[in-house]
Amino acid sequence: MHIAEAILPNPENPAAGLVILGAGWALTAVGTAIGLRRLDHEQIPRVAVFSAAFFVVSLIHFPIGPVSVHLVLNGLMGLLLGWAAFPALLVALLLQAVLFQYGGLTTLGINTLAMAAPAVACHYLFGPLVRGARPRTALAGAAAAGATGMLLAGLIVAAALLAAGEAFVWLSQLSLAVHAVLAVLEAAVTVAAVHFLRLVRPELLRAPLDAPRRLEVSRG
Amino acid sequence: MTSPQPRAAGPKTLARVDPRSRILAAVGFSVIVALCHRPAALGVGLAAGVAAVGLAGLRPGEVLRRLAPLELLMLLLVVVLPWTASGATIAIGPFDVSQHGLALAAAIAVKGNAIMLALLGLLGTMDEIRLGHALLHLRVPDKLAHLLLFTVRYLGVLRDEHCRLTDAMRVRGFRPGPNRHTCQTYGYLVGMLLARGFDRTERIAAAMKCRGFRGRFYLLDHFVFSRIDVPFAAATVGVIAAIVFLEWT
Repeated sequence: MHIAEAILPNPENPAAGLVILGAGWALTAVGTAIGLRRLDHEQIPRVAVFSAAFFVVSLIHFPIGPVSVHLVLNGLMGLLLGWAAFPALLVALLLQAVLFQYGGLTTLGINTLAMAAPAVACHYLFGPLVRGARPRTALAGAAAAGATGMLLAGLIVAAALLAAGEAFVWLSQLSLAVHAVLAVLEAAVTVAAVHFLRLVRPELLRAPLDAPRRLEVSRG
Repeated sequence: MTSPQPRAAGPKTLARVDPRSRILAAVGFSVIVALCHRPAALGVGLAAGVAAVGLAGLRPGEVLRRLAPLELLMLLLVVVLPWTASGATIAIGPFDVSQHGLALAAAIAVKGNAIMLALLGLLGTMDEIRLGHALLHLRVPDKLAHLLLFTVRYLGVLRDEHCRLTDAMRVRGFRPGPNRHTCQTYGYLVGMLLARGFDRTERIAAAMKCRGFRGRFYLLDHFVFSRIDVPFAAATVGVIAAIVFLEWT
């Protein structure tokens, strides 16, 4: 979930809010620079597919009782993109802020960090498992990535809100609870998506940015 | 490509302003307003936000619809913060609520609305392609700007694919609910979206290559600082100076 504009910095403790926003921007800049350096111009359009997919996935709503939550799938993004998740998520979140007024400009740094840092962690922790030959460990890795991506994101958001001041303790608890529920859903959805990709398009899972073209399957 | 952008109804004064000035103004305004918390400064910020939306020619109904997610969160804050914050309390009807919490919630609501209105007026009505080109002109790393331009291009493709797939699911009687079947179906939907989206976008990339695309966009729109940019820049600087003055003196 996003940290909305205007929550940070909180006048109770403006220094902490400024440090959080600044650190969010600085770390996002570093991550984006690393991600971009590893990409060549040929790969940019492929990263853009995932960026756009991340945006569209957030339109998928999951009803839970009277409310609904939307999917994020930053764990899956990390598995597929590695460090490129930073620029991909930065662009997707910028477009969401500009087109849909979710999040904001000053909080773009911390919001990108909260989504992309767990994605990169998932890449290193579970990437080898998911790309492995054994289906069971691959799906277990996918479940772990889906849950870890969300839980880490929840922890970062909650920590940022906690540091912002005591008035937001309840908000950070609420956000943590939402992320915990989402973690379960994301784990299940990530497992199904990885299962699907392993069967249908294994090369996308193995090396999405260098996968061979399949132009012959064109339709429409 | 269908765009989620709001259609401007009135005179689109802001549309004639150089996109680079609009981006710089939006960034500067967001940062300054986010930093302040005195009521007078926030009031000026809110007025400037309303002015930006007005000058962009957006209808009030459209603006309210766009801000609905923000207002929902602000409503939550206004309802909860007066009870959770500490400090002196005041009585509202039968309840004792924290004065500090009430002030904090009001400040956040005004600040959030001010920034989002300005963002909506300055950037929300800008064509995303222009946004990408303006960012390139502002010396954003070219790979990042290219990523933005390609993402914008593919958004429509993937959204169409998503609509097609969800229509197919609905035709087969799919109803989402909190169960395993929904998780699995959504997982397959995401997988299919990635696989099909990938194929379609590869074809777009191939077609672009056929037409001589060599990995970078050439900047054909050279924005010029025109006559309307002078009052715009003056107004932006004036608003920011007023906010700084009201906040830090």
